[in-house]
Amino acid sequence: MAQDVESGGQTLLEVRGLRASVEGLEILKGVDLTVKTGEVHAIMGPNGSGKSTLANVIAGKPEYQVTSGQVLYQGADLLSMQPEIRARLGIFLAFQYPVELPGVRAWQFLKAAVDAQREHAGEEEISARAFDRMLKEKVELVEIDPELVKRAVNEGFSGGEKKRNEILQMAVLQPKLAILDETDSGLDIDALRIVADGVNKLRNSSNAIVLVTHYQRILNYITPDQVHVLIDGRIVRSGGPELAHELEERGYDWIKEAVDAGV
Amino acid sequence: MTQTSVKLETYRTGFDALLQETEATDPQWLTDLRREAWSRFNKLGFPTARRGNEKWKYTSVRPLAAANFDSPLVINPPENINTADLRRVAPWNDAWTNLVFLDGHFAGYLSNPQNGAGQIMVTNLADAIASGNPDVQRQLAKHANTDDDGFTALNTAFLRDGAFINVPAGHIAATPVHLIFATTGQFEHAASYPRTLLLAGANSRVTVLESYVSLAQAPYFTNAVTEIVLEDGAQVEHYRLLLESADAFHVGTSRVHQSKDSTISSASFAKGAAMARQDVQIILDAPGASCSLNGLYMTTGEQHIDNLINIDHAKPYTKSRLFYKGILDGKSKAVFGGTVLVRKDAQKTDAQQTDKNLLLSRQAEVDSKPSLLIYADDVQCAHGATAGHLDKDTLFYMQSRGLDRESASRILIHAFASQIIDTVELEPLRDYLDDLFLAAIPTASLEFGSR
Repeated sequence: MAQDVESGGQTLLEVRGLRASVEGLEILKGVDLTVKTGEVHAIMGPNGSGKSTLANVIAGKPEYQVTSGQVLYQGADLLSMQPEIRARLGIFLAFQYPVELPGVRAWQFLKAAVDAQREHAGEEEISARAFDRMLKEKVELVEIDPELVKRAVNEGFSGGEKKRNEILQMAVLQPKLAILDETDSGLDIDALRIVADGVNKLRNSSNAIVLVTHYQRILNYITPDQVHVLIDGRIVRSGGPELAHELEERGYDWIKEAVDAGV
Repeated sequence: MTQTSVKLETYRTGFDALLQETEATDPQWLTDLRREAWSRFNKLGFPTARRGNEKWKYTSVRPLAAANFDSPLVINPPENINTADLRRVAPWNDAWTNLVFLDGHFAGYLSNPQNGAGQIMVTNLADAIASGNPDVQRQLAKHANTDDDGFTALNTAFLRDGAFINVPAGHIAATPVHLIFATTGQFEHAASYPRTLLLAGANSRVTVLESYVSLAQAPYFTNAVTEIVLEDGAQVEHYRLLLESADAFHVGTSRVHQSKDSTISSASFAKGAAMARQDVQIILDAPGASCSLNGLYMTTGEQHIDNLINIDHAKPYTKSRLFYKGILDGKSKAVFGGTVLVRKDAQKTDAQQTDKNLLLSRQAEVDSKPSLLIYADDVQCAHGATAGHLDKDTLFYMQSRGLDRESASRILIHAFASQIIDTVELEPLRDYLDDLFLAAIPTASLEFGSR
């Protein structure tokens, strides 16, 4: 199978036996996942299966309690790090519901984020000019309206603009591991294509992308190396891109039945 | 009541001394005005009773009434203050027309009044009165009513000096006028009674900034009254900075009267004072009159800041915009009250009133009760008040982009304040306020909440 082909990438993320709860309710019930550089993984599953929880636990959302298991990022214990440290080390979560920051201009926010990343790496603040140049380039890359970066982050943005703005942030911050949490949901076909194009332009041999999605649709534009099916807090099946097509045709029920039957 | 009367003794002694000193030299109308105001104050006292007193429901003036502030009986202001001292506590710009008042007295040596004949007049009130200026006599105390307002009565009884700005019809003031009312701390327990009269003639334009500042950490009492009159088509840009000492009491009363097609845009910034009340009343008294009032207050510790803003849409086709914001930390408390009144004839009134508060601590408290009173039927009015903590999900979003809790909060609070600061058109002032509020943003132990 495709995922067995040696990609030659280095292990970026290792999730081992991860269990996590929200408000006392266990959502993840033992997840294992290995992501190497140069790879694109799709995590698919029905609503409530724990896809977003997995994404948020990796990004460090405080409301999620990890009850057991391990997450290693570049060999280091990720779970002991504050969310901002994870971000500065190259983890990026594109939010399913991007948050509005009233009055905080998108470019200012991005510059602060870039500077936080640089400071962590022991580098100097980026000059206003260098930042402007870089931002302009990325705005063109992800085909976003240049006016949006002058406005307050996500404030009054349409659903599609919010998602595109997430991809812009990703382009600017150049993460090593980008997790896209249902970035495809709520997008019309044109917006989806633009978002997918952006992601494809950003993918390279030294980073990795994890697409969390309910639908196969986005995988028509971004070809994954591996597809994982998450049901009831466990990855019940992994395979190549063909698995996604199968899910699209047959839905999730047959997998559930197969799993219940122990196949 | 007897107790209250005893407390007024200090003020009575002060008033008698003032009369004795000024009666022979000041014009009769002024002495009459003072006497009348004193008798009014004597009847009203301080509004210590809060029961049934809607105007003072959420703010107690008992500590102020009990403190027995005294008016220093000197004719001359302290002479040992320089502009460097003022720069430390107030925005200062050599290009502006600056009038400086120390402990209520005009400090000519720190000021550069304008007094061209027949032209724009920016001077101190005492000089304008002494020179028999007819406009002063005609307008002073005609807009700030003492009938049911003890603080205005007290200010008027002790009226001695302040600022007089008169912009004749059709004139445009070339420079902003900055009135600095500073308390020096050289008199213990001092009360001062700044008074400002601004007359904006037909189609005139002027920018005026009132700063209330302190050169010392000390308890004192500032009781200020400002009257602003806009004739037809006048345009006034008005700023009020409350940067009093953290131990000070401040009561500021502003009364604005607007004629046809006149416009006032005002912004108020409050950071200082232990207890402050800012009472603004605007009468939109002719079609086409409009006002835009923005405000920002930031409190910490046990500060208490109370804004009471009443807008009277007396005539049709008038417009008001009110947008205030508060940032509250510690155990501080903010009160926002006031009414937009739309009278029966005031059809086509367009009024909006908003007060938004950001609470940085669980113990901070806000009572925000803006209200609308509408007697006309063809109007567009809206109002709203909110109070909330910084949001946890917002914080996580920012952290997930690499910002730590402290920087994220700082950015959010600054953005919240900027919405008001950015309305300031006077650039050096806008920069000053931005620095001032940015530096005052608390960083430690902020509390977050969920939406």
